[in-house]
Amino acid sequence: MKLTVNGEAHEITAATLAELLAALDYEGNWLATAVNSELVHVTERALFQLKDGDRIEILSPMQGG
Amino acid sequence: MIELYGTKLPSRLLLGTAQYPSPAILADAVKASCASGVTVSLRREMAGGKGGEKFWSLIQSLRLHVLPNTAGCHSVKEAVTTAKMAREVFGTNWIKLEVIGNHDTLQPDVFGLVEAARILCEDGFAVFPYTTDDLVVAERLLEAGCRVLMPWCAPIGSALGPVNITALRSMRGHFPDVPLIVDAGLGRPSHAALVMELGFDAVLLNTAVAKAADPIGMARAFGKAVDAGREAYRSGLLEPRDLAVPSTPTIGRAVFQ
Repeated sequence: MKLTVNGEAHEITAATLAELLAALDYEGNWLATAVNSELVHVTERALFQLKDGDRIEILSPMQGG
Repeated sequence: MIELYGTKLPSRLLLGTAQYPSPAILADAVKASCASGVTVSLRREMAGGKGGEKFWSLIQSLRLHVLPNTAGCHSVKEAVTTAKMAREVFGTNWIKLEVIGNHDTLQPDVFGLVEAARILCEDGFAVFPYTTDDLVVAERLLEAGCRVLMPWCAPIGSALGPVNITALRSMRGHFPDVPLIVDAGLGRPSHAALVMELGFDAVLLNTAVAKAADPIGMARAFGKAVDAGREAYRSGLLEPRDLAVPSTPTIGRAVFQ
């Protein structure tokens, strides 16, 4: 399945968002996720089904003004 | 003491967390400033990365109020989604709402700002809108549900200080009961003192401290300036006048001829 993760193209097998995070070595409760510009809550990741072409954003705390 | 969305903060200084030489200097600068809140943001995390975790741990150790921003967002959709993601990560409904409209000046897209503010206020956010000093926009933001306004005094990071004092004074006069925080453009502690003397409730700044030769010293200086400006405002400032008035009593003055 072709996915775009944080702007980069990935060819990866992951049925759900949670599986994708695990496959790419993302872990921790400081991450926020969005698929196709919509927030996916942490509690929804395990059931959130990905599909070909999805755009995933994985964000974490950063310095800001 | 200042109250923002029902939360009482002990100081009237909010400090940004970006551009410091090191995390340790950031932490020491925040402490030296006596700021009661810090701004943070969200950015893409690398696969397997722990950068976000380290930064978040540092911020949590400061035990201050956290104000996440939507910096870099140029559309309503981007800003709203970023705000929702920030609420989940940072565990606060506070959001410094930025919808940028111009690449060169980083001035807000006030039309998008009002729209995003309405969406987020209806969703339960406590919105701190980064706005201009335009009174009509301010009115629209209040109608959208904002209970705090954050006008710029000059472009972000410019260090120009208040470029339109008349507009700031007008804003203070039009909204006497709305907490007004000057956000962006402050370059020197005297700038902060000036807007506090105008009656603004607080200031938010980042670059002037972070990029100083000694960020910790500059943070302390800004903290003092904010306190001094506030106390001066509360104490009643003398209005300027064109003619000299002697401060030393003239009665009893000796006459030598």
